[in-house]
Amino acid sequence: MLSEARTATLADNERREESGSLKRYLKRIFGFLLRYNTIVVFIVMVVVSTALSDVFLTQRNILNLLRQLSGLSIVCMGMLMIILTGGIDLSVGSLAALGSVLIAFFLQDTNLLFALLLTFGAGILLGSASGLLVSVWKMAPFVATLAMMTVARGLSFVVSKGAPITANDQILFDFGTGNWLGIPYPVLLMFAVFLIILLVLRFTAFGRIITAIGSNESAVRLAGIRVGYYKFAVYAITGFLCMLGGIISTSRTGVGSPIVASGMELDAIAAVVIGGASLNGGRGSAINTLLGVFILGMIGNIMNLLNVPSYPQQILQGIIIVIAVLIQGVQINRSN
Amino acid sequence: MTENPYRVELINISKSFRGVHALRNVTFSVLPGEIHALVGENGAGKSTLMKILSGAYQRDSGEIRIDGQHVEIRNPHEGRERGIGIIYQEFSLAGDLSVAENLFISKLAGTGGVINWGALYKKSATLIESVGFQIDPRVRVRDLSVAYQQMVEITKEFSKNVKVLVLDEPTAVLAPKESERLFSVMRRLKEQGISFIHITHRLEEVLAISDRITVLKDGEVVGTVLTKDVNKDDIIQMMIGRKLSAMYPPRDVTMGEEVLSVSGLSGLNNVTDVSFSVRKGEVLGIAGLVGSGRTDVARAIFGADRAFSGKITLHAKPIKATSVGKMVKAGIGLVPEDRKQQGVILPMTVRANVTLPSLQKVTRFLGIFRARRERAIVGDLITKLSIKTNGMDAEVADLSGGNQQKVALAKWLSRECDVLILDEPTRGVDVGAKVEIYNAINALAAQGIAIIMISSEMMEVIGMADRVMVMSRGHVTGFLEGDEITEENVLRLSISHVDNPTPEPA
Repeated sequence: MLSEARTATLADNERREESGSLKRYLKRIFGFLLRYNTIVVFIVMVVVSTALSDVFLTQRNILNLLRQLSGLSIVCMGMLMIILTGGIDLSVGSLAALGSVLIAFFLQDTNLLFALLLTFGAGILLGSASGLLVSVWKMAPFVATLAMMTVARGLSFVVSKGAPITANDQILFDFGTGNWLGIPYPVLLMFAVFLIILLVLRFTAFGRIITAIGSNESAVRLAGIRVGYYKFAVYAITGFLCMLGGIISTSRTGVGSPIVASGMELDAIAAVVIGGASLNGGRGSAINTLLGVFILGMIGNIMNLLNVPSYPQQILQGIIIVIAVLIQGVQINRSN
Repeated sequence: MTENPYRVELINISKSFRGVHALRNVTFSVLPGEIHALVGENGAGKSTLMKILSGAYQRDSGEIRIDGQHVEIRNPHEGRERGIGIIYQEFSLAGDLSVAENLFISKLAGTGGVINWGALYKKSATLIESVGFQIDPRVRVRDLSVAYQQMVEITKEFSKNVKVLVLDEPTAVLAPKESERLFSVMRRLKEQGISFIHITHRLEEVLAISDRITVLKDGEVVGTVLTKDVNKDDIIQMMIGRKLSAMYPPRDVTMGEEVLSVSGLSGLNNVTDVSFSVRKGEVLGIAGLVGSGRTDVARAIFGADRAFSGKITLHAKPIKATSVGKMVKAGIGLVPEDRKQQGVILPMTVRANVTLPSLQKVTRFLGIFRARRERAIVGDLITKLSIKTNGMDAEVADLSGGNQQKVALAKWLSRECDVLILDEPTRGVDVGAKVEIYNAINALAAQGIAIIMISSEMMEVIGMADRVMVMSRGHVTGFLEGDEITEENVLRLSISHVDNPTPEPA
């Protein structure tokens, strides 16, 4: 891409005067940066963080950061699909907390396999409930999932009676703390989920249809496609992915807690948006969403390393989100 | 200087949208106390002209004069200041507010921002009486009938010293008796020196109420005549009067058996008792005015809207149009009238758009794409319909209107389909692309697809259709075949209605 720009510029040099071609050259670079703004922001963040802290670019810190972000990343893959259809899911944080509590709760009475099945079942069920409200009863996704957010959080408090439940299962604990070739299992799981969603979005009819729904729902409906079915499906899948996020949390800490993942829905939406997705639907990609999660995670990580207190951290985080999204806006306006 | 007789003059007005002429040197004037009817086919430029007068659009060239003075009307607010009132078919009333509140919505508050209800009601009652209506200003607008809502809308204009009132199809929503009442109000206000510009399709009405008539066609004035000098046939002659051009390529028609038949269909928007059938290789035109129920019939057959009653038979088997998916599977396709909102997905690629209705065909197990097969199918259709695009991975948004429409057509060719419904297939498409779309339609018919083509363009219907069904106000007012398909006949059936039918053409 860049070399293409360079050859074009060199050719121009023969015809145009120096300043004109330099302007064009800069314009091309600027256009390139805008087009790939998520990855550019990501790289800038890495460079800046490395410069600011010696600890940042150490294997220990990176793996630790990835492990922390694994649950959020997985949830974000679901959020991305929902946002692609033009929806939103505010219940993901509460559902993850419920997942964290349920796995520990079920492990009290049954083995890991059944506990996993029951937990996933509950997640799919609650996700489906949101999906039904949105697709069949045409409720605004914001409202439907706002209700689900409260319900799921309440459920996790009811199940846990308000206190953390210890999860006593060695396999689960090993999963949360162990690694393969140095890479923590949760991080491997995160990349696996990412890869699956990436492939689904890029190479399957399902992926194309949910993107199309977010772009122009009536055109999809008039093509004879059952729009409601797909809308329902993305919420159900997200319910499942939220359980996965919650289970990872429990596997890392050894306890199921009803207060984990509070505010995760906002982080997830922010990450998807930083990754260039449009909240109106129809635009967004798995790779950029993952980068969005990493960018968001790095902001917190570098500020922790630099001992920035947590309250100013939040302010800076907000400002960086605004900047990232502003850049997206510039890019969209240019392409229009 | 002599006294200028005209209240409003529009002189040599031209307006084009993206290079397409909507109005060309249109000159139109209104006398004080005159009812001036403005007639013409859909797309003749009536609304554009009125929007220029009211300030909603700006002219490209020409001049506007009010009472002999040159004026610039830069926005609807300025239009209103100058005494131009316009009443659209869609009312702009707040349904949950009272009549009085609606009448004085922009100046409700009295001293200190507090509403003096007593004074407001009194002021409203006086205004309503001065216009000659009897409406209780305390009533909620939502609780009034449509006719009364229209009266409120008219009264509202008179709260702003209106001198010229534009009525866009005012009787479309009214029962005959209510129309009569409106006309008597118009006559009375006319005596007071108020001018009316009356836009309508109903020629009987034009002859009954107007003083002068101006006919627009293709953005140009055909003529302005005194109503007392003309009859209905004269007006129709003025509205059409054009030769069939060479735009419509000839076609070898070999019609096969009946594919689709519809009987007794009733549904949304007054669609009542519609029956017709279409055969293999036939192009059935559906003509009629906008709002006559043509699109509603199409949507009901396609399963996009539920029909209230009626039978649909496809391939001699009865079928219930309960969902679009079902009808698509059964072999019906629909290219909707609103291309950008419903026909194509603008931010997606040509490839993704074309295969949207036929995803099963280009995917395998788990819905994974067979990329090569998809590319072959799409590439084939791009060639076949000569879609001008920068490759199949270009976004549809970057294509011209005509090529976007070809993409919408290609969607249905990507799967086998027996009946294709085209709703306004060439709306907003330039002439060259039109001919290509006509060629495509002919090729499809030649392949044995039954085509139902809804169109507001008279020439298109005449040039393309083997048979024409004409609708008016939700009813079928007649079928035309062969030599009977003339502009006069189509127009006559379009503006007749079932409770008052015009005789079948000879």
